[in-house]
Amino acid sequence: MSAADATGRTPRPVSIASFAQSQNVRRDDEHNEVEMLMPVIAEVFGNIGITKDDVDFICSGSSDYLIGGPFSFVMALDAVGVWPPRSESHVEMDGAWALYEAWVLLQEGEIDAALVYSFGRSSLGDLNEILTLQLDPYYVAPLWPDTVSLAALQARALIDSGKATEADFAAIAARSRKDALANPKAQVANDLPVERLLEDDYVVSPLRRHALPPITDGAAAIVLAAGDKARQWADKPVWITGFDHRMETHSLGARDLTSSPSTKKAADVAGLADGPIDVAEIHAPYAHQEIIIKAALGLDDKVAINPSGGPLAANPIMSAGLIRIGEAAARISSGQAKRAVAHATSGPCLQQNLVCVLEGE
Amino acid sequence: MSDETTEDRGPVTTLATPIRLDFDFTPGIAQSKFLRGLERGKFMGQRCPTCGKVYVPSRGSCPTDGVPTTEDVELANVGTVTTYCVVNVPFAGQSIEIPYICAQVLLDGANLSFMGLIQEIPTDQIRMGMRVEAVWVEPDELTPSLASVRYFRPNGEPDADYETYKEYL
Repeated sequence: MSAADATGRTPRPVSIASFAQSQNVRRDDEHNEVEMLMPVIAEVFGNIGITKDDVDFICSGSSDYLIGGPFSFVMALDAVGVWPPRSESHVEMDGAWALYEAWVLLQEGEIDAALVYSFGRSSLGDLNEILTLQLDPYYVAPLWPDTVSLAALQARALIDSGKATEADFAAIAARSRKDALANPKAQVANDLPVERLLEDDYVVSPLRRHALPPITDGAAAIVLAAGDKARQWADKPVWITGFDHRMETHSLGARDLTSSPSTKKAADVAGLADGPIDVAEIHAPYAHQEIIIKAALGLDDKVAINPSGGPLAANPIMSAGLIRIGEAAARISSGQAKRAVAHATSGPCLQQNLVCVLEGE
Repeated sequence: MSDETTEDRGPVTTLATPIRLDFDFTPGIAQSKFLRGLERGKFMGQRCPTCGKVYVPSRGSCPTDGVPTTEDVELANVGTVTTYCVVNVPFAGQSIEIPYICAQVLLDGANLSFMGLIQEIPTDQIRMGMRVEAVWVEPDELTPSLASVRYFRPNGEPDADYETYKEYL
């Protein structure tokens, strides 16, 4: 069932035992971070009838820059209740990377269950400016290139390379938001023809309004389980059979922005090509980025991409990648897919990429 | 213009890259109740339905049990100094004349202390267990902010027994 990694070892089977996400909204100005997370944590435990005392480790993904408050990730632990003292960790990354850290710990075999959660409130500051601060602080950030403009540079390079057209971007946006009509948690869902979308104004050429993700407040959580707990908490566990993440150089000018070698490398290590894929949940916040990731993953047109609507339907920063893993697992749980891949990204223009391969029984 | 070249100036050791970001603040439901209480000259907390502890301010959950705190509790205007320090060091932006006393105050009925300024007492007379009361700004100056509390001062009651606050140090 599991692919051996580069060292010839077979990873310990770990299951996605439970997944929950908040409603994704443009702006939640009613709840603080703890109040936003509490119902999600309650649901992710409640789905499988467990409590916080049943997990051995907690790992979260968030960024204090989003809300402009120091140690918001520590305060967010109030939503879980960490008494007696718990083993806990945090990554200043999307929750998908927090899930990776928990998975690595589960590989060591000393614990059998972990809670992973993430939260992001993109609405409290100017997201475009906040994301600039993740750039090279000496030579790039002082120029304040905003994140949409950087994505537009990448989209332009993609068009100039002959790999895609603006109509391709519009088709991805149209499909994503139409699929999102079936996702009650989605923020943007509609059924608009490509011709209509191509009448949108440019936000930053060549990106028109529809090719951009929405600004989203949201949270998500996953429980990972191994050993007996994986069997106790699910009749048919959804297993992680391959998991890897890679990153590319910090220097945007040194990269070919039209390809994603880090995604390809992660997919190779995760054993993506070892079997057919039914569903792919791709964390491509901008429509054109789906084309780049789809190519890097080597997916053919038979693979259903982002049936949840993907990040074009809801893009809670720090949670959107974790949600991809949860959504992919849900397709397997529901019997719609046997083998799925989830992808998460972080950084400007797809700098860092994570690939998680999931299989049912 | 001198003949000095940029090489003569040596390596660059400092680079100024000004950054300013503005954020909105969302206190949430529980903290809004606390802040609205301050606007009315009252300390409002919330009780955990599991362990019964009262948090002021509450952030909406019990950090021990991880459950929502739903019962609102109005707390007393008096409390106990659990620990303190005397500030003798001037620093930029200081708005109070030094020396002054900064203390953790455990309001009667609360299970969480918070920081308060202690005034109307010589700094060498502050002590753990001292009973204090809040002095509020004038009614027309009350705002949803801790600035509504001018300071705490001794209320003349005998000191609290150490056993009553030893959990909150």
